[in-house]
Amino acid sequence: MIITQLPALQVVIPLIAAPLCLLLYRPLATWLLTVVTSAAAMLISGLILAQVLDQGVIDYTFGGWAAPFGIAYRIDLVNAYVLMIVSTISTIVSVFARVSVASEIEAHNQGIFYTAWLLCLTGLLGIAITGDAFNLFVFLEISSLSSYVLIAMGNDRRSLTAAFQYLIMGTIGATFILIGIGLLYALTGTLNMLDLAERIPEVANTRTARAGFAFLTVGIGLKIALFPLHLWLPNAYAYAPSAVSAFLAATATKVAVYVLLRFIFSVFGKDFALDTMPLALGLAILGSSAVIFASAIAIFQDNIKRMLAYSSVAQIGYLILGVSLVSPAGLTATILHLFNHALMKGALFLALGCIAWRIGSSRLGDFKGLGYRMPWTMGVFLIGSLSLVGIPMTAGFISKWYLVLAALERGWWPVLVVILAGSLLAVIYVWRVIESAYLGGKDNEAQVGEAPLSMLIPAWILALANLYFGVSTDLSVGVATEAATTLFGAG
Amino acid sequence: MADSALALIILTPLAGALLVMLAGRWPNLREAVSIGTGLLLVAQIISIAPSVLDGSALRQVIATPVPQLPLAFEFEPLGLLFGLIASSLWVITTIYAIGYMRGHNESNQTRFFVFFAVAISATMGVALAANLFTLFVFYELLTLSTYPLVTHAGTVEARQGGRVYIGILIGTSMAFLLPAIIATWYLTGSTDFQVGGILSGKASGPVVGILFALFVFGIGKAALMPFHRWLPAAMVAPTPVSALLHAVAVVKAGVFAILKISVYIFGIDLLAQNGITDLLLWIVSITIIGASVIALNQDNLKRRLAYSTISQLSYVVLGAVLASTASVTGATLHIATHAVGKITLFFCAGAILVAAHKTRVSELDGLGRQMPITMGAFFIASVSIAGLPPMAGMWGKWYLSLGALDAGYAVIVGVLMVSTLLNIAYLLPIPIRAFFADSATPNVEIKEAPLPCLIAITITAALCVVLFFFPEPLHTLTGLLPI
Repeated sequence: MIITQLPALQVVIPLIAAPLCLLLYRPLATWLLTVVTSAAAMLISGLILAQVLDQGVIDYTFGGWAAPFGIAYRIDLVNAYVLMIVSTISTIVSVFARVSVASEIEAHNQGIFYTAWLLCLTGLLGIAITGDAFNLFVFLEISSLSSYVLIAMGNDRRSLTAAFQYLIMGTIGATFILIGIGLLYALTGTLNMLDLAERIPEVANTRTARAGFAFLTVGIGLKIALFPLHLWLPNAYAYAPSAVSAFLAATATKVAVYVLLRFIFSVFGKDFALDTMPLALGLAILGSSAVIFASAIAIFQDNIKRMLAYSSVAQIGYLILGVSLVSPAGLTATILHLFNHALMKGALFLALGCIAWRIGSSRLGDFKGLGYRMPWTMGVFLIGSLSLVGIPMTAGFISKWYLVLAALERGWWPVLVVILAGSLLAVIYVWRVIESAYLGGKDNEAQVGEAPLSMLIPAWILALANLYFGVSTDLSVGVATEAATTLFGAG
Repeated sequence: MADSALALIILTPLAGALLVMLAGRWPNLREAVSIGTGLLLVAQIISIAPSVLDGSALRQVIATPVPQLPLAFEFEPLGLLFGLIASSLWVITTIYAIGYMRGHNESNQTRFFVFFAVAISATMGVALAANLFTLFVFYELLTLSTYPLVTHAGTVEARQGGRVYIGILIGTSMAFLLPAIIATWYLTGSTDFQVGGILSGKASGPVVGILFALFVFGIGKAALMPFHRWLPAAMVAPTPVSALLHAVAVVKAGVFAILKISVYIFGIDLLAQNGITDLLLWIVSITIIGASVIALNQDNLKRRLAYSTISQLSYVVLGAVLASTASVTGATLHIATHAVGKITLFFCAGAILVAAHKTRVSELDGLGRQMPITMGAFFIASVSIAGLPPMAGMWGKWYLSLGALDAGYAVIVGVLMVSTLLNIAYLLPIPIRAFFADSATPNVEIKEAPLPCLIAITITAALCVVLFFFPEPLHTLTGLLPI
């Protein structure tokens, strides 16, 4: 039955499609293959999600080899949820990518671009699905290496230095993760996460376990771009091709947060990770700092893509704050925000992509009067901004509301202040753009010119999703709550 | 009347906005659509009024984004009053705006009328909100939808004004109002407006005081000092906007929200015991007197009126803070009577701008001879704002004074009287000098304002008188308040 092989197909299809892309090489064909592959991945994740919701955890062993020797996938609701986010965003953004990429990347490089895209997708899906710690590292490297390539393809020469910066930082992070995994392997003799979770409690009180945990946390922190390890992110997002910024902002850091959750709650167990090791307080401080400082820095950015990148760093702060609360409610808020943030940042970066395609710039000064020249694009930007700020009836509000509730449940009033201050700062930085676009003075000579529909429709799908999931939250909150219970109960 | 009629009240102006957008190319049709929508809205509200008067609560839940936090509408007497005032004055303002916008050759008129309708829709949402969450949603929507109206001119000055406007309103609402709502939810597990309040028994002592202060300052639209600066800043807007939104809809949404929260979240019994009444009374008194004194020194007519509004809004806040039956009644009456008075004054200011191209108080000497209707209406409305008989403005002040005495704050009566004197000092000289002083430069070639403007001015000025002699409808509604 093909249904039982879905977990393998989820990763294998994009993995096979990637070299195929290189063979096809022609821009249109490779793009089509990318869209079809992403859509197939989305379909598979949908089926997996439905199956998990219906029947609970799926166990899958690669090639029939049992766990300690072979690679085992163990898909619970959290895995399925992240798979769904990654594949959906990849599908929407890859539809958008054709026109955008055609204008930003030379034709002879586009085949490579889509190959890297598919590899990156493979990596991200692999991280989200695997139940094997070393396998996770391998997929992490696949996604990282391909994202260096993707970023370096930006049409600004600074994208090369940005990619190099990310390469150095990302490699340090990956090395730390590898060291961490190595220490755990030395200690327990297994790489399977389920086995690790069983054996770690016995050896938890050793220096090796603690060192392994520390290496893993810092390494993953680098990948998440957790403040103050975020320095690679602003440049990488700012100078990457538009479609890549949207894709990575909506998925890459989310997957890294998932890895952190998996190691904290499933592998080490929350008692060891958050109590024995004083991580909860540390995460609370770092998360709060991220929200405040990154938002404040975003206000002073002239390049809007860079501004959104700093905003991403701030949003990661919210995710981490949810983890630091060590409660099912906090975890629900984090998992919910993984999804909602993917929606809002996806919409915003796609809107920027449309603007970059039309006026070839993302500087604030060039946004003057854009509200009249590109009304539909700016509509997406407006909705995304409102969601980012957390205005009620948008997805952003729902995330913040749950985070606030979780903070109040713990009695952590300062967190409430941080969240509100972050929202206020967000108002300021998005308002600069809105004001310039609608009130910067109408340039009567400039013609009205919208982006093509192939770009606008994906952008509007994400924008409307922001509104939909701000009003009808049964699906998103329901799944997030259950996923949080799964993770929390596992520890 | 079916409960679904409530959502229609929100949707009618929105549909109107859409039609206005479509009819943008034909100005006459466009304005006809605006007026038609307004009349329809008034009719809808009036048709629902009987069931509110019966005491049967209409309630409609639209969506429930978060459990126990539904987006829901409910009509109660206070909301009915506010909705009725805002919608009927919208019709009149639209008539006025036709004369003003065309007489003044404003650009982007379609955009203007579209956002005007959206703002009215948001106002209706505030009036009908069944809980704090819904109130917050429409409160913010009102801020956002009026922003394009404030910055309509698109000049540097307009943009700066808009920045102050949105900065203070969004800032206070997120820094104070939202935490207050969250705290209410945390304490009671609900944000519903309920007769008798939801906080009694759940909170006591300083918590009540702090929470009330958060609400009062968080609702920046009430323009309590020191968060009043957005209102003068908003005067860069075209006059119809200042008239309807910044004398009626927006600012009244603020004080209306404070009243509603006082009555239905705290309950006036609980409020009467809270520990910081004295402190709030100080702030309110300072706002009332201080804003009036500032108004004395404003030469720009619209700015003078704006400071007058700041002062008068605090009357309503005063009613809530005093928390007695008479004071809340007075505050409710004041919402209505100040609305008709102040909108008349703004209409006059706009008429003067269109007909005589004058914006300064010092330029208005002798203008009464050329613009007798406008200046006559200005006189009537000034008397009403000052709260002197035989004008409607008297009733609010009357009950507020009674309420102050009930609550044992005789000194507040003194504050109200000083304020009356100041009102007389900054308003009445304008029409008096217009009629009796000689102008420095001859006012030749100045004629009365366009006819639509005059019609609107006459109606609202007449209301100032009518509501003095026939205040029964208002009393019927205030009698229904659970206080």
